[in-house]
Formats: sequence, structure tokens, C-alpha cells
Amino acid sequence: MSQVNAVSLTEKEYLLPGNRLCPGCALSLAYRHILKALDGRAIITVPASCLTVLHGMYPVTSVTVPCVNTPFASVAASAAGLVAGLKAVGRTDLTVVAVAGDGGTHDIGIQALSGAAERHDDFIYICYDNEGYMNTGNQRSGSSPLGAISGTTPILGKRQHQKDIVAIMEAHAVPYVATANASYPLDLYQKVRKAMSMVGLRFIHVYSPCPPGWGFPFSATIRIGELAVQTGWNVLYEVENGVFQLTAGSESVARKGNPTHVREFLTAQGRFSNVTEETVQELQDWVTAKWQRYLERARSS
Amino acid sequence: MTETNTAGREPPDQMLDGNRAAAIGAKLCRVQVVAAYPITPQTPVTEALSEFVERRELPAQYITVESEHSALAVCSSASLVGARTFTATSSHGLAYMHEMLHWVAGTRLPVVLACVNRAIGAPWNVLNDQQDSISQRDTGWIQMYARNNQEILDSMIQAYKIAEKTYLPVMVCYDGYILSHTEMPVEVPSQDAVDRYLPPYRPHTVLDPGNPKNYNLVTLANPRANAEGVLCHGYMEIRYLLQEALQKSRETISAAGQEFGELFGRSYAKLLWEHRMQDAEIAIVTMGSLALEAVVAADALRKQGAKAGVLGLRVFRPFPGRDIAEALRRCRLVVVFDKNVSYGNEGATCNEIKAALYGSGASAAVSNFIVGLGGRDVKARDLADAVKGALSSLERGALSNECAQWICEI
Repeated sequence: MSQVNAVSLTEKEYLLPGNRLCPGCALSLAYRHILKALDGRAIITVPASCLTVLHGMYPVTSVTVPCVNTPFASVAASAAGLVAGLKAVGRTDLTVVAVAGDGGTHDIGIQALSGAAERHDDFIYICYDNEGYMNTGNQRSGSSPLGAISGTTPILGKRQHQKDIVAIMEAHAVPYVATANASYPLDLYQKVRKAMSMVGLRFIHVYSPCPPGWGFPFSATIRIGELAVQTGWNVLYEVENGVFQLTAGSESVARKGNPTHVREFLTAQGRFSNVTEETVQELQDWVTAKWQRYLERARSS
Repeated sequence: MTETNTAGREPPDQMLDGNRAAAIGAKLCRVQVVAAYPITPQTPVTEALSEFVERRELPAQYITVESEHSALAVCSSASLVGARTFTATSSHGLAYMHEMLHWVAGTRLPVVLACVNRAIGAPWNVLNDQQDSISQRDTGWIQMYARNNQEILDSMIQAYKIAEKTYLPVMVCYDGYILSHTEMPVEVPSQDAVDRYLPPYRPHTVLDPGNPKNYNLVTLANPRANAEGVLCHGYMEIRYLLQEALQKSRETISAAGQEFGELFGRSYAKLLWEHRMQDAEIAIVTMGSLALEAVVAADALRKQGAKAGVLGLRVFRPFPGRDIAEALRRCRLVVVFDKNVSYGNEGATCNEIKAALYGSGASAAVSNFIVGLGGRDVKARDLADAVKGALSSLERGALSNECAQWICEI
């Protein structure tokens, strides 16, 4: 598959200008490229999430793809239903795509997602992860990191590490899992294209910084996403039929061998303003250990 | 209503339990997507359908979901791309579907669900009452209750006809074990006959990139203009249309039942059924399989000189209030037996019958008995005794109109 670049990227837009997301939201950038990659050959299903906000308010919408909004717990089942229904009526030309946030994926939606993965249902599941319940105003989720202040961890910050949803999905032996990051849209585009060419449940995790929830300026979104990759906080990789490889920014960090200290990522955001030195160290150790594991996997595959 | 078709071309009766009758009904309707999660006493329905699919007798997509919530989400989305869909559940499964029940009705999808009525915990109980479906009465689904296994099969076939004409989901309810696990003779119509009655599902809109639409967007309470400046419904208008569709569905249900009668010889032209109501002074009102005991009880009361009849509800939503008031107009006593309770009030059926009588000119006293919860056996004699008790209270002027009486040991 030839690599797409800024020149060869399709000019066609499926996400219209003007939507209700917050300024600087990484999701709008990520979703724009996801839709470009799908190239109008998809049916989308979305649970309660910031993406519902992006899709807009009846009777207008800012997207030009068919979409069904579904209750919070049921997006993977909704996708399974779309796949089954399309098969039943003899339509084989469309890709079904479920797009949900970390709350709808790591927490309330995990049962339906796990069921669909176990059944090898044939759709792409994309989780955009802003590490909290941002649509309801920033409460902690299963993906919120240790130390992060949120509406439900207001003073001490979250006391637990985040759930590794990608590892959980990989453990379901799905044909494709990948991580992506809104600051690396061409890598995301490429991964969606690759997923489209495969059969079964394909899972893509998209790291999506949230300016109001994380407490950084609207203009800093791309930089925050890059810092996450450069520090090893967010690692970009894909596992295709069991074969692991680092991609994009993470591949360069591995090649250069110089991850930035996690402190740079933490201090750029308000949500970590209360973390102690001990927690910074704990987070650095957590990131280092995780990074080493990925490096070893990259070397051995 | 269940007399045999005299055309003579239909296959002979089969001995079927209620679950088999429901599954065969779904198969005859050529359902295209089935999603179901096992729960007692519904399980044989999902087993039978998976068997039909694996034997290639039914060319459907069968999704073995991980929960009832997902079962209805699968049906909902499959319906949105144009497939005829079916699921079945009971009790806690139906309760777990509650959120999706609202969504399916709100999206106006013609999904059909078989609800095998079972008690709801706590405490655990797998036997019959109707608390499960009664607890879902306000979700916007048409609710039909079958008296016997023939009615289960016949209602399934009518349900798709009604659902696809009204764009309302239909729940076919039948009593767990009493019907679900009890075999009785059922006339199974031929596939050709069902095909003549039920054309393929033609959705009004399907999700398609050629004409992209966004279903169930966030919707404000007030009407709002679209991109062309055309004023579109607000949330409240959309909810009003759901209510209006339920109200108007009475005519569709009657028409579907009548047409069914013309083709199959078993007519269901009314939302109610009556037994010896023409001259009845005392009416026993029930829903579901309790009808069989109620008929025996009414006949026994007649022998003892009381002019008793039975009024059964075949359809609970939309509520046939006007027909009920008309049927009960000449009665002096109405005794309602409920296999459910609207806690803090009374049996749901009784509650609604009282409301239907208000302002109708009917002057009957209404007495309510809660019976048969969690599979407690209800005998015709219990019903007749309760009616006699209510009658003697009425004659003494001591009939309590406020509290339902429970036929139990406390």
C-alpha cells in the first residue's frame, strides 16, 4: 500500500466546516481523516459521546456519511446489527464503522465490544481516547491516567493507572489492532485504509487530546499529542495478524532512542497540576516500563 | 376464534409448545436477522431459531449476542438497513433491554419481540407472571398477549404486518411455562399462505451513503429549521407522533386481524375477546392464558345462577379503552385479575380499566385481585370464589374500590 502524504491525500471532505466541537478538539481532526480514508463507503454508528456533539443537532448535521446514533452501551452491537442487516439484504460494498470515546469503549461499551470481537463480527471499531468522560464535562473514566484531576477525582487526582484497552482487544485475537494519534493524521489515515482491506473486527485506538478537559490552550492540541508520543506516553503501533510494528512518531523515537521525560507532557496540562514528585516518578516508571515492552516487541518481531 | 380452517389445504395440526410456536411463527415471517440471548423460559425459542438457521431452513443472520441489551441493539441497527428482525426474551432480559425498547420505538422501527412472561427478581423466580412486560408498557411498543399456543403463532405473523404498517415495534407476550412449555395442537399455516399475507419488508428509509442520513441526532424540544430553511420537528413533536401512531394502530391491528381471519380462518378483528358477555352482569377481566380458567369460572358461575362473562385483553398497548367501556356498559360488577402490580397502586390492567370506565356511562363496581405471581397456581375455582366474594361485598355495600386484594396466604 503506497504511503499517503499531504499532496496525495484526497481533497474530498466528508466532515463539513462548522460543527459543535470545542475549539482545538483533536477529534475533529482525527474524524476528518477517518472519513477521508473511508471515502464515503461506510455506515457509521456512534454512541453517546463528543462525536454525537460533532454530528450536530437535528435536523442538520456536519457529516455527509450515513450514521446511526445508539445508546452508550451498545455501539459494538449496533455495528454487529448493521453488518448482519447489510448481509441479509445483500449489500456487500459497505464498511461498517463504530466510533466511540473511551467511556463508551473502556467502560460501559466493553461488554458489547468484547462480544463482537469474540464473534469475529466484520466491522472497524475506532475508539478516540480523550482519557475521560469529556462529553459530560470531564469525569474520570477507565482510561484516565494516574494523577489526573477530573470532576470525580477533583483534588487528589485519579488513584489508578489507565486500562490498556488495546492489549485487551489484542487478547481477543482480532486480525488487526492499531494505535493512532490525532497529531499524526496521515498515520491514522493509513491505518484506517489498511483496516478497510481486512475482514473481522479491526480495532483502532486514536489518542485525542482535549483542551478544556486536560487544561491546555486550544492552540496547543497538536503539540500535546506529539509530546504524548515523544515521551512514550502514547505509543503508535499496529499488530497485523500477530505481527507487531512501531509506526510514525514512535518509530522515530525508537530509532533515535531518546524519549522525552514525561514531566514535559505533564506540566503542559492543568489536569496534572496537583501531582507530587512521587507521582511524576511513578508515571515515568510506568511509561518507561511500557516503552521498553514495546521496544522489545518491535525488536523481536 | 380458534376454530379449524375449513379450507382443508393447510397442513394438519401439530403438537407444539408455545416457544416452538413463536419460533415457527418467526420463521414463517422469513425474518432476516435474529439476535437473542438465552434466558429461562425463553431459551427454546433462540435454540429453535438457531436450529432453523443451521439447517438452512431459514436464510437469516443469527447473531449470538452477549446480552439482551445487545440483542435489541443488533435488531435495531439491522432494521435500519432494511432487514426484518426478531428477538425473544423474558423477565430480567426484558428489563435489561429497557433502554433499547425506548430507542427502537423512538426510531420507529418495526422490530418484533417475543416476550415469554416471567416473574422479576428479587427474589429469584423463573415461573410466570406478567410483571416483566407490564413494567415496559410505557416504552411505545404495541403489546399483544396470547391466550394459547395457536394465538402465539398467529400473533407473530400479525405482529410483522402491524409493525411494518405502523412503524411501531410489537411485543408478543405469552405466559412462561403455562404456554411456553406446554404442548397443545396448533395449526401451522403454509409458507405460501403466510407469504400471501405478509409481503417482504419495505423500509421507508435505509442508511445508505448514496443518500446519507443521520438517525437519532441530538434533538431540541422545539422545532428547528434544516439547511433549506424548512421547519422540522422538535423532540416534542416526534414524541407526539409516536403517541399518535400508537393511538391509530388500533385500526391497523383490527384490519390485520380481520385479513388474517379471511386467509387463515381464525379471525382477530377485535383487540378484545369476549365469552358470554352479551347478557353478562358480572365480567371477569383477564389477559393471557388466565383466560382458560376464567372461561371455566364464568361457566361455573352461570350454572350457579350468576350472569357472568369473560372479557379478555388481546392487546394491552394501545389500550382498547373505548371498546372495554362499551363491552362493560351493562355490567354491575367487573372483577379484574392481574398477574402484575403497579406497586403502590393496584394491578395495571385494573387501573386502566377503571380509567376507561370513567366518563363512559358505565356504572360497574370494579374489584381487583392480584393472582398467580411467580407461578402461583390459579384455578378456575379460585377465580369463581373471588368473584362470589366481590359480589357479596357489593351487595353488602362494602366493596373496597381502593386496594387490590391478593389471593395469597397473608
